[in-house]
Amino acid sequence: MTHVEIPVRVARIEMVADRIKSVRLMRTDGLPLPAFSAGSHVLVHLRAGSRTIKNPYSLAGPLHDTSWYEIAVLKAENSRGGSRFVHEQLHEGAQITISPPVSLFSLDLRARKHLLIAGGIGITPIMSMAAQLSELGAPFELHYCTRTHASGAYLDALKEAYGSRLHHYESARARRIDIERLLPQQPLGTHLYICGPQAMIEDVMRQARDAGWPTQHLHAEHFAAPSGGHPFDVKLLKSGRTIHVKEDESILQSLEDAGLTPPYLCRGGACGQCETSVASCDGSILHFDHYLSDEEKQAGNKIMICVSRLKGSRITLDL
Amino acid sequence: MLVAGIKSRPLYPGFAPDRHCREHVFAIDGEGAQAVLDLFAAHGAQLSGRMTIVFADAAAGKSEYAARLDQLPVDVVHRMPTLGTAMQRLRAVLKASRMGTRIYAAGSETLIGLTVQIAQELGMDPQSVMTEHRGTLARRVQCVHCKGFTDNARTNIIQCAHCHANLLVRDHYSRRLAAFQGVCVDAEAPGELPEIVEIFK
Repeated sequence: MTHVEIPVRVARIEMVADRIKSVRLMRTDGLPLPAFSAGSHVLVHLRAGSRTIKNPYSLAGPLHDTSWYEIAVLKAENSRGGSRFVHEQLHEGAQITISPPVSLFSLDLRARKHLLIAGGIGITPIMSMAAQLSELGAPFELHYCTRTHASGAYLDALKEAYGSRLHHYESARARRIDIERLLPQQPLGTHLYICGPQAMIEDVMRQARDAGWPTQHLHAEHFAAPSGGHPFDVKLLKSGRTIHVKEDESILQSLEDAGLTPPYLCRGGACGQCETSVASCDGSILHFDHYLSDEEKQAGNKIMICVSRLKGSRITLDL
Repeated sequence: MLVAGIKSRPLYPGFAPDRHCREHVFAIDGEGAQAVLDLFAAHGAQLSGRMTIVFADAAAGKSEYAARLDQLPVDVVHRMPTLGTAMQRLRAVLKASRMGTRIYAAGSETLIGLTVQIAQELGMDPQSVMTEHRGTLARRVQCVHCKGFTDNARTNIIQCAHCHANLLVRDHYSRRLAAFQGVCVDAEAPGELPEIVEIFK
């Protein structure tokens, strides 16, 4: 699988909320950027020191202007480098590369109504969805949960654009979304889309299933950041090579640093592209992805190398 | 012949109780009634909330099923004289329903197909409809040439009720149209037909 890289320049960086910066990217080779559908993301390749970090960021907009993309980046507390780099080192004028947009979180336009729910920085893909639905004249509600008013990126623009269709909740003022009340009110044919903190996604998904919503109507954007962990060795079955995975690197990153090109797409444990067979391992696999089923995770013969790790010292992969 | 081995041929996995839903709407015709009776007999205790049955009852209440359905612990049984009127009633019921409603369809392939079509038009994912085939395999066929529909096709070759072309009835199915596709079988040599066999009994 070949990976196209699009050269871009950082045209503008703006603080859009507490700890959130928006980054506007424009192509440097004069060609138009690929058009994208609501909910798409790109991988942003950042050169931090000797490493290249490739992080997925949802595209906040715009849907029709192919001269620029906008992403929004939250400065994460336990950043593995990407968000800290964007906040502390990336500057206007910098030249970087990105992947073409990929969509793992798209609208089902057959729906009679769309219920959009965003928590914090999860607003970015939800915002492009609202823009597309508004343009199509499709019925939707946008529910946006933030800690405070100041931590809500794009809040004023969303209020202005969507008026009473926007419902904002500030947890610091004890205003919380009442999912249990909201779900049964929705007309038959409603689809639900959610992006936000993992715990919020899991909670809303559980409540929706308990309220009898079919799984086909529930859509979530899950990006897992590859958390660090203990170092271990990866043995490759085909070449016999052994590659060391450092504590702050993913298996995928370590393989790439060693000159290998395993397939990947989202680098966030969502798409399934980097699924790899495990021949053997001397510990247990720490599955951090949202792709494998619980049964597959338990079976322990597959691993998503972009986010998952080993609790042990050596894993042998069919690569 | 291009009749079998086509992916769009729908599968009907059968009913299973959905204990999370707060409303259950059953669309049935003919022997499909037995699928609902069986579901209640085996899992009735797990179903709660409002229950509605829309029954396309061609036997006008004289079948053994009508009386037995009336004895089920359901809120309402809409008994309609034809499939067409039953589907109109189903659409009205579903239009007023909210999320948390499970749709079930049992009986002829035509009833199942039309139910899934209505659910889809109201924004429901077709896979979310529970389906169980009972009774006839007779097909609703769309002529790919004149676009007219012919009901109750029982043979591999039928004559289009609209343009009178001789059509081969394929497994190629359209969920949007709720119909199998019929393609002219004797275009090269008009009147030269393969053997006509009753295969959709």
